[in-house]
Amino acid sequence: MARIVSLAQAVAENVRDGDTVAMEGFTHLIPYAAGHEVIRQGRKDLFLVRMTPDILYDQLIGVGAARGMKFSWGGNPGVGSLHRFRDAVENQWPRPLEIEEHSHAAMANAYEAGAANLPFATLRGYIGADLPKVNANIRSVTCPFTGEVLAAVPAIRPDVTIIHAQRADRKGNVLIEGIVGVQKEAVLAAKRSIVTVEEIVDELAPPSPNSVVLPSWAVTAVAHVPGGAFPSYAHGHYPRNNAFYIRWDEISRDRETFAAWIRENVLDATPEDFARHAAIIAAKVA
Amino acid sequence: MTDFTANEMMTIAAARELSNDDVCFVGIGAPSAACNVARLTHAPDITLIYESGTVGTKPDVLPLSIGDGELCDTALFTVSVPEMFRYWLQGGRITTGFLGGAQIDKFANLNTTVVGPYEHPKVRLPGGGGAPEIASNCGRIFITMALTKRGFVEKLPFVTSMGHGEGGNHRERLGLKTNGPTRVITDLCVLEPDPETKELTVVSTHPGVSREQIIENCGWPIKFAEIVIETPAPTETELSVLRDINARTRKAHASTGTAKEAA
Repeated sequence: MARIVSLAQAVAENVRDGDTVAMEGFTHLIPYAAGHEVIRQGRKDLFLVRMTPDILYDQLIGVGAARGMKFSWGGNPGVGSLHRFRDAVENQWPRPLEIEEHSHAAMANAYEAGAANLPFATLRGYIGADLPKVNANIRSVTCPFTGEVLAAVPAIRPDVTIIHAQRADRKGNVLIEGIVGVQKEAVLAAKRSIVTVEEIVDELAPPSPNSVVLPSWAVTAVAHVPGGAFPSYAHGHYPRNNAFYIRWDEISRDRETFAAWIRENVLDATPEDFARHAAIIAAKVA
Repeated sequence: MTDFTANEMMTIAAARELSNDDVCFVGIGAPSAACNVARLTHAPDITLIYESGTVGTKPDVLPLSIGDGELCDTALFTVSVPEMFRYWLQGGRITTGFLGGAQIDKFANLNTTVVGPYEHPKVRLPGGGGAPEIASNCGRIFITMALTKRGFVEKLPFVTSMGHGEGGNHRERLGLKTNGPTRVITDLCVLEPDPETKELTVVSTHPGVSREQIIENCGWPIKFAEIVIETPAPTETELSVLRDINARTRKAHASTGTAKEAA
């Protein structure tokens, strides 16, 4: 059964130095508050996994918390480069970053294989592309029925997956709505999981029998962190702050500016600071 | 004739390639603008799909990312990312993929991964995302990007997604049954692969653009088809639809979210 705890406790108990960590969210519901808590607690040598590492992983890489990253698209969507990621790959600053690069299709299949307790995923992928030449984890398998040669990639099995969701009930059952991405698969593929939520309610009341629900017994820890996905968004709660994504380009371009931003907004901040992002929009809506 | 920019001509020429029957996998940026102009002009029933899982989406403003809330709010339905790539893309349900890229070569292979050697890149680009499998699994591919010497290169440092490979029947030899890139829409002209060699060839030049301009802006000695037509200039309707959606988009992205969500 999931334990409902503070974010600090959830991270302290479930994220360890050296862990393989997936903080998922496909543009939507990115667990920023939890990622910041990981930085504040000084976790190091993490191997990060994510299909679309964006600003949050730029921050983790920039503070030197990551030894490596497995990913399929590492940019600031619609804006451009991730400058901290580029600095790590191009200049090994603040430390070298081992990268394992895939396509989205392969990563999505690999999470699904992890959730299905299979050792690898197969797909009709990478045809004519150069990634298999530079990634030894992209191999091939021959279909025993048709003889077709298909791409094969290892299943993703994180030590811990961290996601953000709209709500949980008091037992720790979790509801996710909107662009659900690969979060369900990422949680079910992991040994441990942390879910931060916008609200904790008496009745989960999923809107449809087919709603995406993660039952309490498939989750390790739930923490109540309103606004915890800012500057990404929580469908039904607050919108994506596209202006911040555009502004991040300036903040992250320079090592000093980046460090100052981290000090002010992560090291000297608390999970409760995220609540103002949820509250501002709630006030506007009202 | 109304004044228009080269970039507007590119978006509108790209939009015209699409029809009501298309089920289109939309890349972010220039492709997204073109696909939505098509939907708001001559192809109101087109199905637009973004890789975040939103199917049949009708955004009022252009998304900044492939997963903006606007896409989900206006979609017919939204699926998980594994379902998107497995059932809908690999399942062969997508007629057209619309891609952009940082670099392209004469056989319409694309690079969005690195400039320089992979292990020690001069510039680390975001990577392929969905492109490698979009390029192989969609019925056909349209590409839109501005014609520049830096973008249109003789040899790519890295093939992120395959177009026509080394040319000729390379796709067939790799077992691909899809058509690959069939049109490349730039700000100066439209290119098509030669039926035999698959080398990209100019088939249409935009109004006011000279052959010399095209030759000067391409990184390889570019060929022209036997018959080259002039791209029809944008109509008033096309221009006003494009300018309106761009204005709505600028306004929305400058505030905390889309107009609808923040209202």
